[in-house]
Amino acid sequence: MKTVRIDAGGMHYTPLNMAIREAVSAGAREIILDNVMGQRFIADGLKGDVLLTIHGVPGGDLGMFMSGPTCIVHGNCDHAPGNTMDKGTIIIHGSAGDAVAHSMRGGKVFVRDSVGYRAGIHMKQYMDKRPVLVVGGGFRAFLGEYMAGGLILALGDPRTCPATERGIGSGIHGGKIVIRGDIDEYYLGVGARKLPLQEDGMEEIIPFVREFAGYFGLDPDPLIGDSYVQVVPSSSRPFANKYTWE
Amino acid sequence: MCGIIGVIDRSRECMSGASIRSALSMMDERGSGEGAGYVAYGAFPEYAECYAIHVFFDTVHETKPAVDQELAKWGTIVHDEEIPTYEQRNLRKIHTPWRYFFLPDPNLMPRSTTPEDDIVLHLVMKINSSIPGALIYSSGKNIAIFKASGWPEEVADFYRIQDYKGYLWLGHNRYPTNTPGWWGGAHPFNLLHWSVVHNGEITSYGTNRRYIESYGYRCSMFTDTEVVAYLFDLLVRRHHLSPEIAVKALAPPFWDDIDRMPEDMARLNTAIRLTYGPALMNGPFAIVVARPDAIVGFTDRIKLRPLVTGTSGSRLYISSEEAAIRVMEPDVGDITMPRAGEPILGRVVA
Repeated sequence: MKTVRIDAGGMHYTPLNMAIREAVSAGAREIILDNVMGQRFIADGLKGDVLLTIHGVPGGDLGMFMSGPTCIVHGNCDHAPGNTMDKGTIIIHGSAGDAVAHSMRGGKVFVRDSVGYRAGIHMKQYMDKRPVLVVGGGFRAFLGEYMAGGLILALGDPRTCPATERGIGSGIHGGKIVIRGDIDEYYLGVGARKLPLQEDGMEEIIPFVREFAGYFGLDPDPLIGDSYVQVVPSSSRPFANKYTWE
Repeated sequence: MCGIIGVIDRSRECMSGASIRSALSMMDERGSGEGAGYVAYGAFPEYAECYAIHVFFDTVHETKPAVDQELAKWGTIVHDEEIPTYEQRNLRKIHTPWRYFFLPDPNLMPRSTTPEDDIVLHLVMKINSSIPGALIYSSGKNIAIFKASGWPEEVADFYRIQDYKGYLWLGHNRYPTNTPGWWGGAHPFNLLHWSVVHNGEITSYGTNRRYIESYGYRCSMFTDTEVVAYLFDLLVRRHHLSPEIAVKALAPPFWDDIDRMPEDMARLNTAIRLTYGPALMNGPFAIVVARPDAIVGFTDRIKLRPLVTGTSGSRLYISSEEAAIRVMEPDVGDITMPRAGEPILGRVVA
Protein backbone atom coordinates (compact mmCIF):
# COMPACT_ATOMS: atom_id res chain seq x y z
CA MET A 1 0.00 0.00 0.00
CA LYS A 2 1.50 3.27 -1.08
CA THR A 3 1.69 5.78 1.76
CA VAL A 4 2.32 9.50 1.42
CA ARG A 5 3.18 11.72 4.37
CA ILE A 6 2.55 15.47 4.23
CA ASP A 7 3.71 18.03 6.79
CA ALA A 8 0.82 20.49 6.86
CA GLY A 9 2.52 22.85 9.34
CA GLY A 10 2.07 26.46 8.22
CA MET A 11 0.41 25.41 4.95
CA HIS A 12 -2.72 27.08 3.57
CA TYR A 13 -5.54 24.68 2.77
CA THR A 14 -5.35 25.22 -0.99
CA PRO A 15 -1.83 23.84 -1.53
CA LEU A 16 -2.58 21.22 1.12
CA ASN A 17 -5.63 19.95 -0.76
CA MET A 18 -3.69 20.10 -4.03
CA ALA A 19 -0.99 17.91 -2.48
CA ILE A 20 -3.65 15.46 -1.25
CA ARG A 21 -5.27 15.25 -4.70
CA GLU A 22 -1.92 14.79 -6.41
CA ALA A 23 -1.09 11.93 -4.06
CA VAL A 24 -4.47 10.28 -4.70
CA SER A 25 -4.10 10.54 -8.46
CA ALA A 26 -0.57 9.12 -8.19
CA GLY A 27 -2.07 6.03 -6.59
CA ALA A 28 -1.59 6.66 -2.86
CA ARG A 29 -3.85 4.49 -0.71
CA GLU A 30 -2.89 6.11 2.58
CA ILE A 31 -2.09 9.76 3.26
CA ILE A 32 -0.84 10.92 6.63
CA LEU A 33 -1.15 14.64 7.44
CA ASP A 34 1.01 15.93 10.28
CA ASN A 35 0.79 19.25 12.14
CA VAL A 36 -2.66 20.16 10.87
CA MET A 37 -3.75 23.40 12.52
CA GLY A 38 -7.02 24.98 11.51
CA GLN A 39 -6.84 24.30 7.76
CA ARG A 40 -10.37 24.26 6.45
CA PHE A 41 -11.93 22.17 3.71
CA ILE A 42 -9.54 19.21 4.01
CA ALA A 43 -10.49 16.35 1.65
CA ASP A 44 -13.43 18.33 0.28
CA GLY A 45 -14.92 16.72 -2.81
CA LEU A 46 -12.27 14.02 -2.63
CA LYS A 47 -13.17 10.76 -4.36
CA GLY A 48 -11.64 7.32 -4.25
CA ASP A 49 -10.59 4.57 -1.92
CA VAL A 50 -8.01 6.30 0.25
CA LEU A 51 -7.33 6.58 3.96
CA LEU A 52 -6.44 10.00 5.37
CA THR A 53 -4.93 10.06 8.82
CA ILE A 54 -4.96 13.57 10.26
CA HIS A 55 -2.83 14.59 13.23
CA GLY A 56 -3.84 17.92 14.71
CA VAL A 57 -6.91 20.12 14.74
CA PRO A 58 -8.43 20.53 11.27
CA GLY A 59 -10.56 23.58 10.50
CA GLY A 60 -14.19 23.63 9.44
CA ASP A 61 -15.93 21.54 6.78
CA LEU A 62 -13.62 18.53 6.85
CA GLY A 63 -14.72 16.04 4.18
CA MET A 64 -17.37 18.30 2.65
CA PHE A 65 -18.86 16.64 -0.50
CA MET A 66 -16.37 13.81 0.06
CA SER A 67 -17.26 10.60 -1.75
CA GLY A 68 -15.49 7.44 -0.69
CA PRO A 69 -12.39 8.17 1.42
CA THR A 70 -11.93 7.45 5.12
CA CYS A 71 -10.63 10.24 7.39
CA ILE A 72 -9.28 9.41 10.83
CA VAL A 73 -8.68 12.53 12.92
CA HIS A 74 -6.43 12.40 15.96
CA GLY A 75 -7.62 15.64 17.53
CA ASN A 76 -10.76 17.75 17.77
CA CYS A 77 -12.66 18.99 14.73
CA ASP A 78 -14.14 22.44 14.19
CA HIS A 79 -17.55 23.11 12.60
CA ALA A 80 -19.35 20.83 10.17
CA PRO A 81 -17.13 17.81 9.53
CA GLY A 82 -19.00 15.65 7.00
CA ASN A 83 -20.89 18.63 5.54
CA THR A 84 -22.98 17.29 2.62
CA MET A 85 -20.75 14.23 2.53
CA ASP A 86 -21.78 11.64 -0.05
CA LYS A 87 -19.92 8.45 0.83
CA GLY A 88 -17.05 7.37 3.06
CA THR A 89 -16.25 7.55 6.76
CA ILE A 90 -14.97 10.19 9.19
CA ILE A 91 -13.68 8.97 12.54
CA ILE A 92 -12.84 11.67 15.09
CA HIS A 93 -10.72 10.79 18.11
CA GLY A 94 -11.89 13.85 20.02
CA SER A 95 -14.83 16.25 19.94
CA ALA A 96 -16.35 18.36 17.18
CA GLY A 97 -17.89 21.82 16.87
CA ASP A 98 -21.29 22.97 15.67
CA ALA A 99 -23.29 21.54 12.75
CA VAL A 100 -21.49 18.19 12.59
CA ALA A 101 -22.68 16.16 9.55
CA HIS A 102 -24.52 19.23 8.22
CA SER A 103 -26.80 18.16 5.31
CA MET A 104 -25.01 14.83 5.10
CA ARG A 105 -26.38 12.59 2.33
CA GLY A 106 -24.42 9.36 2.71
CA GLY A 107 -21.56 7.69 4.58
CA LYS A 108 -20.78 7.62 8.28
CA VAL A 109 -19.35 10.05 10.87
CA PHE A 110 -18.13 8.76 14.24
CA VAL A 111 -17.24 11.24 17.01
CA ARG A 112 -15.64 9.75 20.12
CA ASP A 113 -16.48 12.67 22.44
CA SER A 114 -19.02 15.47 22.32
CA VAL A 115 -20.53 17.48 19.47
CA GLY A 116 -21.69 21.09 19.46
CA TYR A 117 -24.97 22.70 18.53
CA ARG A 118 -27.14 21.48 15.63
CA ALA A 119 -25.37 18.18 15.04
CA GLY A 120 -26.96 16.37 12.12
CA ILE A 121 -28.81 19.46 10.91
CA HIS A 122 -30.74 18.62 7.76
CA MET A 123 -29.31 15.16 7.21
CA LYS A 124 -31.16 13.47 4.38
CA GLN A 125 -31.54 10.14 2.62
CA TYR A 126 -32.51 8.76 -0.78
CA MET A 127 -32.78 5.16 -1.97
CA ASP A 128 -29.69 3.33 -0.71
CA LYS A 129 -28.03 6.51 0.57
CA ARG A 130 -28.59 6.69 4.31
CA PRO A 131 -26.08 8.75 6.33
CA VAL A 132 -25.24 7.82 9.91
CA LEU A 133 -23.84 10.06 12.66
CA VAL A 134 -22.66 8.36 15.86
CA VAL A 135 -21.72 10.52 18.88
CA GLY A 136 -19.98 9.03 21.90
CA GLY A 137 -20.39 11.99 24.26
CA GLY A 138 -22.87 14.78 24.83
CA PHE A 139 -24.73 16.91 22.33
CA ARG A 140 -26.05 20.44 22.50
CA ALA A 141 -29.29 22.11 21.44
CA PHE A 142 -31.05 21.45 18.14
CA LEU A 143 -29.72 17.95 17.56
CA GLY A 144 -31.08 16.78 14.20
CA GLU A 145 -32.66 20.15 13.39
CA TYR A 146 -34.72 20.04 10.14
CA MET A 147 -33.66 16.41 9.77
CA ALA A 148 -34.98 14.86 6.56
CA GLY A 149 -33.42 11.40 6.69
CA GLY A 150 -30.65 9.21 8.01
CA LEU A 151 -29.78 8.12 11.53
CA ILE A 152 -28.26 9.97 14.48
CA LEU A 153 -27.09 7.76 17.29
CA ALA A 154 -26.22 9.53 20.57
CA LEU A 155 -24.40 7.08 22.82
CA GLY A 156 -23.36 9.48 25.60
CA ASP A 157 -23.83 8.15 29.11
CA PRO A 158 -26.97 9.86 30.46
CA ARG A 159 -25.40 9.90 33.92
CA THR A 160 -22.42 12.00 32.82
CA CYS A 161 -23.76 13.94 29.84
CA PRO A 162 -27.56 14.08 30.00
CA ALA A 163 -29.52 16.04 27.42
CA THR A 164 -30.18 19.46 28.96
CA GLU A 165 -30.74 21.65 25.95
CA ARG A 166 -33.74 22.46 23.84
CA GLY A 167 -34.85 21.67 20.33
CA ILE A 168 -34.02 17.98 19.85
CA GLY A 169 -35.32 17.12 16.39
CA SER A 170 -36.71 20.61 15.87
CA GLY A 171 -38.39 20.54 12.45
CA ILE A 172 -37.62 16.85 11.88
CA HIS A 173 -39.62 15.45 8.97
CA GLY A 174 -37.67 12.29 8.15
CA GLY A 175 -35.02 10.00 9.59
CA LYS A 176 -34.50 9.01 13.20
CA ILE A 177 -32.57 10.14 16.28
CA VAL A 178 -31.72 7.39 18.76
CA ILE A 179 -30.59 8.53 22.22
CA ARG A 180 -29.18 6.40 25.02
CA GLY A 181 -31.16 6.51 28.24
CA ASP A 182 -34.12 8.85 28.22
CA ILE A 183 -34.80 12.51 27.58
CA ASP A 184 -37.22 14.96 29.15
CA GLU A 185 -39.93 15.73 26.57
CA TYR A 186 -39.47 19.41 27.38
CA TYR A 187 -36.28 19.26 25.29
CA LEU A 188 -38.07 17.97 22.19
CA GLY A 189 -38.26 20.40 19.29
CA VAL A 190 -41.29 21.41 17.24
CA GLY A 191 -42.64 18.52 15.15
CA ALA A 192 -40.68 15.86 17.04
CA ARG A 193 -41.99 13.06 19.23
CA LYS A 194 -40.34 10.55 21.48
CA LEU A 195 -40.98 6.82 21.27
CA PRO A 196 -39.43 3.82 22.97
CA LEU A 197 -36.89 1.97 20.88
CA GLN A 198 -38.25 -1.51 20.16
CA GLU A 199 -36.26 -4.67 19.49
CA ASP A 200 -36.11 -4.19 15.75
CA GLY A 201 -34.81 -0.67 16.38
CA MET A 202 -32.07 -2.07 18.60
CA GLU A 203 -31.10 -4.54 15.91
CA GLU A 204 -30.74 -1.68 13.50
CA ILE A 205 -28.31 0.26 15.73
CA ILE A 206 -26.20 -2.64 17.01
CA PRO A 207 -23.90 -2.82 13.97
CA PHE A 208 -23.15 0.92 14.31
CA VAL A 209 -22.54 0.59 18.05
CA ARG A 210 -20.07 -2.24 17.38
CA GLU A 211 -18.37 -0.24 14.65
CA PHE A 212 -18.10 2.80 16.96
CA ALA A 213 -16.69 0.72 19.83
CA GLY A 214 -14.23 -0.92 17.46
CA TYR A 215 -12.77 2.38 16.27
CA PHE A 216 -12.21 3.69 19.77
CA GLY A 217 -11.21 0.49 21.57
CA LEU A 218 -14.35 0.35 23.73
CA ASP A 219 -16.42 -2.55 24.98
CA PRO A 220 -19.71 -2.51 23.00
CA ASP A 221 -21.66 -4.71 25.39
CA PRO A 222 -22.58 -2.10 28.04
CA LEU A 223 -23.79 0.14 25.21
CA ILE A 224 -25.80 -2.65 23.63
CA GLY A 225 -27.25 -3.66 27.00
CA ASP A 226 -28.54 -0.16 27.83
CA SER A 227 -31.93 1.29 27.01
CA TYR A 228 -32.66 3.83 24.28
CA VAL A 229 -35.38 6.15 23.06
CA GLN A 230 -35.97 7.39 19.55
CA VAL A 231 -37.03 10.82 18.32
CA VAL A 232 -38.97 10.80 15.07
CA PRO A 233 -41.29 13.13 13.12
CA SER A 234 -44.63 13.57 14.89
CA SER A 235 -46.42 12.51 11.70
CA SER A 236 -45.53 11.70 8.12
CA ARG A 237 -46.02 15.36 7.17
CA PRO A 238 -45.66 17.36 10.41
CA PHE A 239 -45.41 20.68 8.56
CA ALA A 240 -48.04 20.08 5.88
CA ASN A 241 -50.00 23.14 6.99
CA LYS A 242 -47.05 25.26 8.03
CA TYR A 243 -46.33 27.06 4.78
CA THR A 244 -49.16 25.98 2.48
CA TRP A 245 -52.90 25.81 2.92
CA GLU A 246 -54.88 23.19 1.13
CA MET B 1 -18.76 35.73 9.60
CA CYS B 2 -15.85 37.18 11.53
CA GLY B 3 -13.04 35.76 13.65
CA ILE B 4 -12.49 36.69 17.28
CA ILE B 5 -9.93 35.78 19.87
CA GLY B 6 -9.20 37.02 23.37
CA VAL B 7 -6.81 36.16 26.17
CA ILE B 8 -6.47 37.35 29.74
CA ASP B 9 -3.56 36.57 32.03
CA ARG B 10 -5.19 36.46 35.42
CA SER B 11 -1.91 37.28 37.19
CA ARG B 12 -1.35 40.27 34.85
CA GLU B 13 1.75 38.84 33.26
CA CYS B 14 2.25 40.70 29.99
CA MET B 15 2.37 39.19 26.51
CA SER B 16 3.59 40.83 23.31
CA GLY B 17 1.20 41.15 20.38
CA ALA B 18 3.14 38.66 18.26
CA SER B 19 1.17 35.56 19.19
CA ILE B 20 -2.33 37.04 18.85
CA ARG B 21 -1.27 38.28 15.41
CA SER B 22 -0.48 34.67 14.41
CA ALA B 23 -3.72 33.38 15.91
CA LEU B 24 -5.90 35.92 14.15
CA SER B 25 -4.00 35.45 10.92
CA MET B 26 -4.82 31.73 11.10
CA MET B 27 -8.48 32.76 10.86
CA ASP B 28 -7.99 34.93 7.73
CA GLU B 29 -10.81 32.96 6.06
CA ARG B 30 -13.22 34.47 8.57
CA GLY B 31 -12.59 37.96 7.21
CA SER B 32 -12.47 39.79 3.92
CA GLY B 33 -9.48 42.08 4.33
CA GLU B 34 -11.72 45.07 5.06
CA GLY B 35 -11.11 45.37 8.78
CA ALA B 36 -9.00 43.93 11.56
CA GLY B 37 -7.95 45.14 14.95
CA TYR B 38 -6.47 44.44 18.34
CA VAL B 39 -6.65 45.85 21.84
CA ALA B 40 -3.99 45.59 24.55
CA TYR B 41 -4.66 46.32 28.23
CA GLY B 42 -1.60 47.47 30.15
CA ALA B 43 0.03 48.95 27.04
CA PHE B 44 1.03 52.35 28.47
CA PRO B 45 2.53 51.80 31.94
CA GLU B 46 4.31 55.17 31.78
CA TYR B 47 0.95 56.94 31.38
CA ALA B 48 -1.16 54.45 33.34
CA GLU B 49 -3.19 57.17 35.09
CA CYS B 50 -4.04 59.05 31.90
CA TYR B 51 -6.93 58.35 29.56
CA ALA B 52 -5.34 57.17 26.30
CA ILE B 53 -7.56 58.93 23.78
CA HIS B 54 -7.04 57.55 20.27
CA VAL B 55 -8.23 59.62 17.32
CA PHE B 56 -8.44 58.95 13.58
CA PHE B 57 -7.84 62.26 11.81
CA ASP B 58 -8.75 62.71 8.18
CA THR B 59 -6.38 65.69 7.98
CA VAL B 60 -4.34 66.50 11.05
CA HIS B 61 -3.60 70.16 10.31
CA GLU B 62 -7.23 71.00 9.69
CA THR B 63 -8.90 69.09 12.52
CA LYS B 64 -6.47 68.55 15.35
CA PRO B 65 -6.60 72.13 16.69
CA ALA B 66 -10.35 71.73 17.27
CA VAL B 67 -9.82 68.47 19.19
CA ASP B 68 -6.96 69.99 21.23
CA GLN B 69 -9.24 72.87 22.13
CA GLU B 70 -12.10 70.58 23.26
CA LEU B 71 -9.77 68.49 25.42
CA ALA B 72 -8.12 71.57 26.95
CA LYS B 73 -11.54 72.79 28.12
CA TRP B 74 -11.89 69.73 30.34
CA GLY B 75 -8.39 68.91 31.57
CA THR B 76 -4.73 68.54 30.70
CA ILE B 77 -3.12 66.91 27.69
CA VAL B 78 -0.09 65.33 29.38
CA HIS B 79 1.37 64.13 26.10
CA ASP B 80 0.23 63.53 22.55
CA GLU B 81 1.82 61.90 19.53
CA GLU B 82 1.09 60.43 16.15
CA ILE B 83 0.79 56.67 16.61
CA PRO B 84 3.80 55.10 14.87
CA THR B 85 2.79 53.18 11.75
CA TYR B 86 4.78 51.26 9.17
CA GLU B 87 3.80 51.21 5.52
CA GLN B 88 2.21 47.98 4.27
CA ARG B 89 1.86 47.15 0.63
CA ASN B 90 -1.92 46.56 0.64
CA LEU B 91 -3.00 48.88 3.42
CA ARG B 92 -3.87 52.42 2.44
CA LYS B 93 -3.36 54.93 5.24
CA ILE B 94 -6.70 56.70 4.91
CA HIS B 95 -6.62 58.19 8.40
CA THR B 96 -3.80 59.40 10.64
CA PRO B 97 -4.05 57.66 14.02
CA TRP B 98 -3.13 59.89 16.95
CA ARG B 99 -3.10 59.37 20.72
CA TYR B 100 -3.48 61.79 23.58
CA PHE B 101 -2.67 61.01 27.20
CA PHE B 102 -5.26 63.08 28.96
CA LEU B 103 -6.07 63.94 32.57
CA PRO B 104 -9.59 65.31 33.04
CA ASP B 105 -10.22 67.85 35.78
CA PRO B 106 -12.85 66.26 38.09
CA ASN B 107 -13.87 69.66 39.47
CA LEU B 108 -15.40 70.54 36.12
CA MET B 109 -18.20 67.98 36.49
CA PRO B 110 -19.32 68.29 40.11
CA ARG B 111 -22.73 66.68 39.51
CA SER B 112 -21.16 63.30 38.73
CA THR B 113 -20.02 60.56 41.10
CA THR B 114 -17.47 59.42 38.48
CA PRO B 115 -16.46 62.78 37.01
CA GLU B 116 -13.32 61.67 35.14
CA ASP B 117 -15.13 58.90 33.26
CA ASP B 118 -18.10 61.12 32.56
CA ILE B 119 -15.94 63.95 31.24
CA VAL B 120 -14.22 61.55 28.84
CA LEU B 121 -17.56 60.01 27.84
CA HIS B 122 -18.89 63.51 27.12
CA LEU B 123 -15.81 64.37 25.07
CA VAL B 124 -16.04 61.18 23.00
CA MET B 125 -19.70 61.76 22.18
CA LYS B 126 -19.25 65.47 21.51
CA ILE B 127 -16.15 65.21 19.32
CA ASN B 128 -17.48 62.23 17.34
CA SER B 129 -20.77 63.97 16.61
CA SER B 130 -19.57 67.54 16.07
CA ILE B 131 -16.04 67.60 14.64
CA PRO B 132 -16.04 66.16 11.12
CA GLY B 133 -12.78 64.43 10.27
CA ALA B 134 -12.00 63.38 13.86
CA LEU B 135 -13.13 60.08 15.35
CA ILE B 136 -12.23 58.99 18.86
CA TYR B 137 -12.03 55.20 18.71
CA SER B 138 -10.51 54.45 22.10
CA SER B 139 -10.60 56.30 25.39
CA GLY B 140 -9.58 54.05 28.29
CA LYS B 141 -6.71 54.18 30.74
CA ASN B 142 -3.67 52.11 29.84
CA ILE B 143 -5.52 50.66 26.83
CA ALA B 144 -4.19 50.67 23.26
CA ILE B 145 -6.29 49.92 20.20
CA PHE B 146 -4.81 49.09 16.82
CA LYS B 147 -7.27 48.89 13.96
CA ALA B 148 -7.61 49.65 10.26
CA SER B 149 -9.01 48.27 7.02
CA GLY B 150 -6.84 45.32 6.07
CA TRP B 151 -6.03 41.72 6.86
CA PRO B 152 -5.10 40.77 10.45
CA GLU B 153 -1.39 40.40 9.74
CA GLU B 154 -1.21 43.65 7.76
CA VAL B 155 -2.93 45.64 10.48
CA ALA B 156 -0.66 44.05 13.10
CA ASP B 157 2.43 44.94 11.08
CA PHE B 158 1.11 48.41 10.27
CA TYR B 159 1.18 49.22 14.00
CA ARG B 160 3.91 46.67 14.89
CA ILE B 161 1.82 45.26 17.70
CA GLN B 162 4.66 42.93 18.62
CA ASP B 163 6.32 46.04 20.12
CA TYR B 164 3.47 46.44 22.63
CA LYS B 165 2.76 44.40 25.72
CA GLY B 166 -0.46 43.68 27.54
CA TYR B 167 -1.92 41.26 30.09
CA LEU B 168 -5.19 41.19 28.18
CA TRP B 169 -5.57 41.14 24.40
CA LEU B 170 -8.51 40.89 22.05
CA GLY B 171 -8.26 40.46 18.28
CA HIS B 172 -10.88 40.67 15.56
CA ASN B 173 -10.95 39.84 11.86
CA ARG B 174 -13.89 41.46 10.11
CA TYR B 175 -16.15 40.27 7.34
CA PRO B 176 -18.49 43.25 6.97
CA THR B 177 -21.92 42.23 5.74
CA ASN B 178 -24.42 45.01 6.38
CA THR B 179 -22.25 48.13 6.26
CA PRO B 180 -19.11 49.08 4.33
CA GLY B 181 -15.71 48.25 5.77
CA TRP B 182 -13.92 51.33 7.10
CA TRP B 183 -11.39 52.10 9.80
CA GLY B 184 -13.94 53.22 12.37
CA GLY B 185 -16.02 50.10 11.70
CA ALA B 186 -13.15 47.73 12.47
CA HIS B 187 -13.25 46.06 15.88
CA PRO B 188 -12.43 46.24 18.76
CA PHE B 189 -14.92 48.95 19.68
CA ASN B 190 -13.94 50.83 22.76
CA LEU B 191 -15.49 53.27 25.19
CA LEU B 192 -13.63 54.18 28.38
CA HIS B 193 -12.49 50.89 29.92
CA TRP B 194 -14.67 48.66 27.72
CA SER B 195 -13.57 46.98 24.52
CA VAL B 196 -15.75 44.70 22.42
CA VAL B 197 -15.16 42.24 19.60
CA HIS B 198 -18.13 40.65 17.93
CA ASN B 199 -18.92 38.03 15.30
CA GLY B 200 -22.43 38.14 13.87
CA GLU B 201 -25.06 40.78 13.50
CA ILE B 202 -27.30 42.42 16.02
CA THR B 203 -30.64 42.55 14.27
CA SER B 204 -32.15 44.48 17.17
CA TYR B 205 -29.65 47.31 16.55
CA GLY B 206 -32.42 49.86 15.89
CA THR B 207 -34.13 49.17 19.24
CA ASN B 208 -30.84 48.97 21.14
CA ARG B 209 -29.60 52.20 19.56
CA ARG B 210 -32.78 54.10 20.40
CA TYR B 211 -32.51 52.85 23.98
CA ILE B 212 -28.83 53.70 24.46
CA GLU B 213 -29.14 57.11 22.80
CA SER B 214 -31.81 58.02 25.34
CA TYR B 215 -29.02 57.81 27.94
CA GLY B 216 -26.80 60.30 26.11
CA TYR B 217 -24.70 57.93 23.98
CA ARG B 218 -24.36 58.81 20.29
CA CYS B 219 -23.78 56.08 17.72
CA SER B 220 -21.25 57.26 15.15
CA MET B 221 -19.53 54.14 13.78
CA PHE B 222 -22.20 53.02 11.25
CA THR B 223 -22.28 49.47 12.58
CA ASP B 224 -24.05 47.40 15.20
CA THR B 225 -21.22 46.37 17.56
CA GLU B 226 -20.84 49.89 18.87
CA VAL B 227 -24.04 49.53 20.94
CA VAL B 228 -22.55 46.61 22.88
CA ALA B 229 -19.75 48.78 24.28
CA TYR B 230 -22.25 51.48 25.25
CA LEU B 231 -24.67 48.95 26.79
CA PHE B 232 -21.92 47.52 28.98
CA ASP B 233 -20.92 51.03 30.05
CA LEU B 234 -24.52 51.83 30.96
CA LEU B 235 -25.45 48.54 32.64
CA VAL B 236 -22.21 47.76 34.46
CA ARG B 237 -20.41 51.07 35.07
CA ARG B 238 -23.44 53.29 35.55
CA HIS B 239 -26.12 50.85 36.80
CA HIS B 240 -23.65 48.71 38.76
CA LEU B 241 -24.82 45.34 37.42
CA SER B 242 -22.27 42.54 37.50
CA PRO B 243 -20.99 41.49 34.06
CA GLU B 244 -22.85 38.17 34.46
CA ILE B 245 -26.16 39.93 35.07
CA ALA B 246 -25.47 42.32 32.19
CA VAL B 247 -25.12 39.30 29.89
CA LYS B 248 -28.48 38.05 31.18
CA ALA B 249 -29.97 41.41 30.13
CA LEU B 250 -28.44 41.29 26.64
CA ALA B 251 -28.99 37.55 25.98
CA PRO B 252 -31.72 36.54 28.46
CA PRO B 253 -33.08 33.05 28.99
CA PHE B 254 -36.31 32.20 27.13
CA TRP B 255 -39.53 32.69 29.06
CA ASP B 256 -40.22 28.95 29.08
CA ASP B 257 -36.81 28.37 30.65
CA ILE B 258 -37.49 31.06 33.23
CA ASP B 259 -40.77 29.28 34.09
CA ARG B 260 -38.76 26.18 35.03
CA MET B 261 -36.27 27.98 37.27
CA PRO B 262 -36.37 27.97 41.09
CA GLU B 263 -38.54 30.83 42.27
CA ASP B 264 -35.79 33.26 43.26
CA MET B 265 -33.94 32.79 39.96
CA ALA B 266 -37.17 33.12 38.03
CA ARG B 267 -37.96 36.39 39.81
CA LEU B 268 -34.48 37.77 39.16
CA ASN B 269 -34.50 36.82 35.47
CA THR B 270 -38.02 38.15 35.02
CA ALA B 271 -37.00 41.46 36.59
CA ILE B 272 -33.96 41.72 34.31
CA ARG B 273 -36.00 41.00 31.19
CA LEU B 274 -38.69 43.50 32.14
CA THR B 275 -36.25 46.24 33.14
CA TYR B 276 -33.87 45.80 30.24
CA GLY B 277 -36.19 44.68 27.44
CA PRO B 278 -34.84 47.31 25.01
CA ALA B 279 -31.26 46.15 25.72
CA LEU B 280 -32.04 42.58 24.63
CA MET B 281 -29.97 41.74 21.58
CA ASN B 282 -31.44 39.62 18.83
CA GLY B 283 -29.70 37.91 15.95
CA PRO B 284 -26.65 35.72 15.73
CA PHE B 285 -23.64 36.76 17.78
CA ALA B 286 -20.55 35.68 19.64
CA ILE B 287 -19.04 38.51 21.68
CA VAL B 288 -16.06 39.06 23.93
CA VAL B 289 -16.05 42.14 26.15
CA ALA B 290 -13.01 43.30 28.09
CA ARG B 291 -12.47 45.69 30.96
CA PRO B 292 -9.24 46.15 32.94
CA ASP B 293 -9.97 43.37 35.44
CA ALA B 294 -11.89 40.82 33.34
CA ILE B 295 -13.04 39.44 30.03
CA VAL B 296 -16.45 37.99 29.41
CA GLY B 297 -17.50 35.93 26.39
CA PHE B 298 -21.05 34.96 25.40
CA THR B 299 -23.17 33.97 22.42
CA ASP B 300 -26.77 34.49 21.41
CA ARG B 301 -29.33 32.24 23.08
CA ILE B 302 -29.58 29.72 20.26
CA LYS B 303 -25.87 29.65 19.48
CA LEU B 304 -25.73 30.85 15.92
CA ARG B 305 -22.04 31.76 16.11
CA PRO B 306 -19.07 29.73 17.39
CA LEU B 307 -17.19 30.29 20.63
CA VAL B 308 -14.72 28.03 22.43
CA THR B 309 -12.63 28.54 25.53
CA GLY B 310 -9.42 27.05 26.83
CA THR B 311 -7.11 27.55 29.77
CA SER B 312 -3.40 27.31 30.37
CA GLY B 313 -1.84 28.27 33.70
CA SER B 314 -3.16 31.70 34.62
CA ARG B 315 -4.51 32.36 31.11
CA LEU B 316 -8.04 32.08 29.79
CA TYR B 317 -8.53 32.04 26.02
CA ILE B 318 -11.80 32.67 24.18
CA SER B 319 -11.99 32.27 20.40
CA SER B 320 -14.10 31.44 17.36
CA GLU B 321 -11.88 28.43 16.68
CA GLU B 322 -9.91 26.03 18.85
CA ALA B 323 -7.02 26.00 16.38
CA ALA B 324 -6.50 29.76 16.86
CA ILE B 325 -6.09 29.21 20.60
CA ARG B 326 -3.63 26.42 19.89
CA VAL B 327 -1.58 28.78 17.72
CA MET B 328 -1.11 30.95 20.82
CA GLU B 329 -0.81 28.07 23.29
CA PRO B 330 -0.15 24.63 21.77
CA ASP B 331 -0.66 22.87 25.11
CA VAL B 332 -3.91 24.58 26.00
CA GLY B 333 -6.19 22.45 28.13
CA ASP B 334 -9.83 22.28 29.05
CA ILE B 335 -11.19 23.15 25.60
CA THR B 336 -14.86 23.88 26.22
CA MET B 337 -17.84 25.16 24.28
CA PRO B 338 -19.81 27.53 26.51
CA ARG B 339 -23.55 27.02 26.67
CA ALA B 340 -25.58 29.40 24.50
CA GLY B 341 -26.28 32.68 26.27
CA GLU B 342 -24.14 31.78 29.29
CA PRO B 343 -21.29 34.17 30.18
CA ILE B 344 -17.73 32.88 30.48
CA LEU B 345 -15.78 35.14 32.75
CA GLY B 346 -12.05 35.45 33.35
CA ARG B 347 -11.01 37.82 36.14
CA VAL B 348 -7.56 39.01 37.17
CA VAL B 349 -6.48 37.88 40.60
CA ALA B 350 -3.53 40.24 41.03
